[in-house]
Amino acid sequence: MSVRVLVQQADFDVGGELARLEALGGGGVASFTGVVRGGDDERGGLDALHLEAYPGMTQRALEDLAGQAGARWPLLGLTLIHRYGTLSVGERIVLVAAAARHRAAALAACSFLIDSTKTRAPFWKQERFADGSSRWIEPTVVDVAAASLWDASAEHGRP
Amino acid sequence: MGIDMLYFAWVREAIGRDGETIEPPAGVGDVAALIAWLAARGGGYATAFADPARLRCAIDQRFAALAAPIAGATEIALFPPVTGG
Repeated sequence: MSVRVLVQQADFDVGGELARLEALGGGGVASFTGVVRGGDDERGGLDALHLEAYPGMTQRALEDLAGQAGARWPLLGLTLIHRYGTLSVGERIVLVAAAARHRAAALAACSFLIDSTKTRAPFWKQERFADGSSRWIEPTVVDVAAASLWDASAEHGRP
Repeated sequence: MGIDMLYFAWVREAIGRDGETIEPPAGVGDVAALIAWLAARGGGYATAFADPARLRCAIDQRFAALAAPIAGATEIALFPPVTGG
């Protein structure tokens, strides 16, 4: 399996990343791109999203998740790119993409990777508002439940 | 031998530093005890560590439970629950 894991400040080229996976000879490539969402908050709207990472550990944690996906589904390749630093509304945050011979494995691996990245990778998001205030984001119940579902299905041997 | 502490997100902000080297006394055996020992310093430490249920940790760059022993650790990070993706 061809694995590409990057933790970086710079933006990435989605087309180029997908093309790399398409060239691996499988029948399907699935992907998810996370983008900074514009807020409708009463604080004058979201100005930027700041992402803090744990240098050293973050890269390793994402590589661990990639390895888990590769052990669980028959993948030809996967890409996991996660940015850190201060990002404006509309900027890309994260890309997960997987190539496989058939769509089910590629789609499931993408879903697993984005769910897991939200709860298993050392990043912390802070919303910065137009009025100068800021707020650290708390994990949502939905995110924690989504990641837990993958644990439960692994214990029961389901994909 | 000292332990390199790292603090992230609002833990870092409350304490006012992103890390330090500490030498906890022998009675501090696990991460929870380490948090209580640091909180007793007062000030930003007391604020950051007021509610251990809101804290997560990593020992030598691996996620660990607050009940995990700290013997042999060279780097311990304390932080809020992660919010990537």
